[in-house]
Amino acid sequence: MKLQSLVRKNKPHGFFGSSIQSRSKRASLAFIAPAVFLIGLFLVVPVIMAFSLGFTDAKLASPKAPAFVGFDNFSKIISLGQVTVDGDPSNPDVLHDNLRELTRPSSDSQYSGMEVLTETVKADGSADIVLAGDALFWKSLGNTFYFAAAVAPFQGGLALLLALLINAPIKGRVIFRTVYFLPVVTSMVVVSILWIFMYQKDGLANILLSAVIPGWEPQAILTNPDLAMPAIIFMSAWQGVGFHMIIWLSGLQTIPGELYEAARVDGATRLQQFKHVTWPGLRTTFVFVLIIISIQAMGLFTQVNVMTKGGPLDSTRTLVFHAFNEGYEKQNVGYSSAIAVIFFIIVVLVSIIQRRLTRDKD
Amino acid sequence: MKNTHKLLAVAAIGALLLSGCSATSSGPKTITMWSHAAGNDQEIATVKEAIADFNGSQTEYVVKLEEFPQESYNDSIAAAAASKSLPCLIDVDGPIMPNWAWAGYMQPITINSDLENSLIAGAKGYYGGKLYSAGAWDAALGMLARKSVLNDLGIRIPTVDSPWTKTEFDGVLKTIKASGKFDYAIDWGNGWTGEWFPYAYSPVLQSFGGDLIDRAAFDKADGVVNSAASVEFGKWFGSTFANGYANKAQTGDRTEFIGGTIALQYNGNWAVKDAYEKYGDDLAILPPVDFGNGPKIGAASWQFGVSSTCGEVAGANKFIEYILQDKYIVAFANRIGLIPATATAAEQVPNYATGGPFSVFVDFSNKFAVKRPETPAYLLISKVFEKAVADIINGKSAKTALDGAADEIDADLTANNNYK
Repeated sequence: MKLQSLVRKNKPHGFFGSSIQSRSKRASLAFIAPAVFLIGLFLVVPVIMAFSLGFTDAKLASPKAPAFVGFDNFSKIISLGQVTVDGDPSNPDVLHDNLRELTRPSSDSQYSGMEVLTETVKADGSADIVLAGDALFWKSLGNTFYFAAAVAPFQGGLALLLALLINAPIKGRVIFRTVYFLPVVTSMVVVSILWIFMYQKDGLANILLSAVIPGWEPQAILTNPDLAMPAIIFMSAWQGVGFHMIIWLSGLQTIPGELYEAARVDGATRLQQFKHVTWPGLRTTFVFVLIIISIQAMGLFTQVNVMTKGGPLDSTRTLVFHAFNEGYEKQNVGYSSAIAVIFFIIVVLVSIIQRRLTRDKD
Repeated sequence: MKNTHKLLAVAAIGALLLSGCSATSSGPKTITMWSHAAGNDQEIATVKEAIADFNGSQTEYVVKLEEFPQESYNDSIAAAAASKSLPCLIDVDGPIMPNWAWAGYMQPITINSDLENSLIAGAKGYYGGKLYSAGAWDAALGMLARKSVLNDLGIRIPTVDSPWTKTEFDGVLKTIKASGKFDYAIDWGNGWTGEWFPYAYSPVLQSFGGDLIDRAAFDKADGVVNSAASVEFGKWFGSTFANGYANKAQTGDRTEFIGGTIALQYNGNWAVKDAYEKYGDDLAILPPVDFGNGPKIGAASWQFGVSSTCGEVAGANKFIEYILQDKYIVAFANRIGLIPATATAAEQVPNYATGGPFSVFVDFSNKFAVKRPETPAYLLISKVFEKAVADIINGKSAKTALDGAADEIDADLTANNNYK
């Protein structure tokens, strides 16, 4: 579509004959054909398959043909319930057993088959409990947003800072640019394995942390449910920062030098120059970087699969990992496709919202 | 431009024709075999030897080997089955076999009945009363320790007939920790993931009196995997981490026992060679602990089988008989250190012959071995149990974790009509 519009825009006013026009149209179709074919085969077809499999109980391996189950998968994934259960403050097992009477698959209550999402125990031993059809889905969703919300500003900001630094006319900036870019071209699996070592109890991360934070107790960071996700956030930002630095850099280089000259003549400080020349000039780049980082962040998988397998205690389980685990390891392909469809909708929604918020006011 | 297209098309068709021709050429029939052991040089070398000898011994068939790394082997089989391109001969991990048989990946095998009878139980896989797989070895679990350390700390060295009891073992862990000589008392191997978890820890669960699923009809996990005994196992196992006897962040390379910073190592017999080279006669191979229902260890390792789409069934069966000759069983055992699949082969392996340094593993295997549940549901049970134990190690309540496991397994059984 883009190519077509380009062709139309360049349409010279009656200068060329129509045969040349149709030939250039055919040429453009020939140029996009390989891309359309490959994208169609490896992107469009799987997406259509995921949509249709999401409505079945397909298994990866089974002698039976998949059966159509309507919205069962989707309703299990998104169903939520709230219930108050009696308990005994001196014996937590009482609460647990009462709750399980409701949630057992064989129970005939409306909460049958549901899992505990959150549990607020009160003084009398009873508890307000939020139940979910798939508690791990909601935990994964929360973790995914946590990761995206933390990594987008951190990684984007750091990338901008690096871009500003190496945009300055200093000696050897090509070397810096290359060094910052190295992690991007390194396989994420390799990077993840290296960082596993750094996050061990006697690893580099602990040595640095004890040097910076007084009283830091060296620990195996990836087995601490509170630290595992921040550790993955930091490592991911480090790995991806070079790519976005390059994008910022290209944005920086589109800002005409005269604007800075004029600002200097007007007596603007460095900070004022950044605020009134650089930042407005980077607006389109900003939108691009924000949306790209967010979409990439929502798809977090490799690091989790290599470093933590979603643990400890599900603290690093993400939506894509959840879908992988359900579909590939537990072989429930239909259910996992439904998760993938919901994930797709969420990513589209997030992108639309971001686009709206960052749209030019005019 | 058009000419180029034509040229390309002709070239492509030509290539297709050529490859088609070579596949249908006459002569010996090709039997493709997939192996999970890529990267395991010793194991692959023996497989290759057997294949070369087999191909040389007759003119009817040619076996061709394709190697896969273990990590992605099962996925490759699933993908090949989905695209109807399974090879003729495959190898399969014992507990997974029923799932593959149920899913229609495999067909029963036919081997000489004398050979079938001579194989130890852990080297044969039956599903629905039929033999689907047979292997050259079995693995066994044990506890590695050093005699000198145990003697110094005044700890009794247990034997096959008189293993440590739970009370005694609790004391052992406490004594080792109190000595202050070790970072941790025991390395459970929790740095490994995947099938190791159910392989290593479900026998402990069974020693407590629990189990993964009701084995009478394989239709119920509730009341079994979350029974009082099973929860007791979960609580105790989690406590070994909470009390600092074992390391939650245990790494996968497991070098601490050989390095001398951990006193006990719970491991398979494939690891014993390295430890024996380091400690020699000071190495003690101890039976697993008796937690009330006798010591238990897992049985069934990798075995050979035939795919359901195999066109040369007779040749495939013939090759399985061929590779299960004592001389290859001996070669496997000598090279990868696992238990030989026949008693006659065991006598030819110095380490496993009567009185050999590792022969005690044969006793463990004969006396304590339990199989993981032989049901197609095992594939899911394995994943669910792994997650439950991992959560327990990280501090989740054993009751919550195992109740959740029971519910998930039962829901899966219902969804699949008990895999009938």
